[in-house]
Amino acid sequence: MLFGLAWNTAHGEAAFALSILPMLLIGLLVTIEASVVGFFVAMVFGLVLAVLKSAPLRIVSWPATFVTEFLRDTPLLVQLFFLYYVLPEYGIVLPAFLTGALALGLQYSAYTSEVYRAGIEAVPRGQHEAAKALDIPPRRTFTHIVLPQAVPRVVPALGNYLVSIMKDVPVLSVVTVLEMLNVAKIIGDQTFDYLVPLSMVGALYLILTLLASSLVRMLDVSLPKRGIPLR
Amino acid sequence: MDWQGYLHPLAQGAWVTMELTVYSTVLGGLMSFLAGIGKLSSNPLIKAVSVVYIEVFRGTSLLVQLFWLYFALPIAGDMIGIDLRLPPVAAGVLALGLNIGAYGAEVVRGAIQSVNPSQYEAATALNFTPRQALWRVALPQAIPEMMPSFSNLAVQNLKDTALASLISLSDLAFKAEQLRNYYQDSTTIYTMILFMYFGMALVLSGMMRLLEHSVGRWREPRY
Repeated sequence: MLFGLAWNTAHGEAAFALSILPMLLIGLLVTIEASVVGFFVAMVFGLVLAVLKSAPLRIVSWPATFVTEFLRDTPLLVQLFFLYYVLPEYGIVLPAFLTGALALGLQYSAYTSEVYRAGIEAVPRGQHEAAKALDIPPRRTFTHIVLPQAVPRVVPALGNYLVSIMKDVPVLSVVTVLEMLNVAKIIGDQTFDYLVPLSMVGALYLILTLLASSLVRMLDVSLPKRGIPLR
Repeated sequence: MDWQGYLHPLAQGAWVTMELTVYSTVLGGLMSFLAGIGKLSSNPLIKAVSVVYIEVFRGTSLLVQLFWLYFALPIAGDMIGIDLRLPPVAAGVLALGLNIGAYGAEVVRGAIQSVNPSQYEAATALNFTPRQALWRVALPQAIPEMMPSFSNLAVQNLKDTALASLISLSDLAFKAEQLRNYYQDSTTIYTMILFMYFGMALVLSGMMRLLEHSVGRWREPRY
């Protein structure tokens, strides 16, 4: 029994597979929710890191570069454990789902910040010069001229990271998030049949990532090409 | 217990992580070339096998693959009467290597395809067989192009080895979890292993840069 649903182990493999499909789909929903929340964190925090990294002051840009490298070069699993066990010691108690989504978002913000930075650096020099000629202060140039041109153009490139995040969600199962793989593992633990649930999870993942990546490709084609072309 | 006391058990775990990284990166490199060249093959069977391999391993989650090899494969073997129970090390190396190999295969394919077509024409004109054109003309030019992506994949693989701790392989992440259970000192232990992974990643990317330099040696001007 899981989520109030029962599995059918008495009538062969097909009946078993059919009976656990609804449970896996509930898990799939959690997987999608976690990826969306994680992606949102990565989009926002990645932009913050990118802005800090392109700051003219080294005392700002160097720590931001170090944080990016650190987040990129350490395993998601360890970052997740760190957040899950260390934050509560400092009085920050988050539900497992949020901790997991936060860890996913932090890890991927290292990657998205590089994408944003490529976009920011691809804004032609003429734009900076024109802003200077019009006596627009540097900060306003950045927020009102550079970013509006850089961000829309990199959104499709960010989409690919949504697909990667989806494939990393199973890691969240270690902090008791009931996503698809964890559901399959629990079913396996209780029925002693890992083959059917785990193979179904693999198949569902294949469908999910194929759908998501074709969606990203569609977005890439259909989004109006505002802003500047990437090099 | 202060942080120095954790160093010895963590170093043991770090050693397992390094071994796991080396074995699975080597397997991954092998699979990259097999599947990457296979995807460009004119033989439809080889091509189909390569494409299916790449899509399956790139399209599903690494942890799913790891659990499938460790928990589900023995049951599948049971059904057809073969003992397919893998020890954790074998399952870990296999899953990590096959996974990273699928990503590497796309790198290999891309690099071979980006070799200038006139190079193949020249090879044909000089009466090279297709095999010679691949080994003697295309690959020596394509391999240096692959190296930056391979270097990223190697670091990715090092990070992914932490997942092997979930099938009870006593790597760095597993040792840390054991120590945490025993001493309840999460902040020190997890900060230490974060920096240990960071250090290993820096060393690994330095080594990959040396390798990159050595395979691209022929392109540099000689005096």
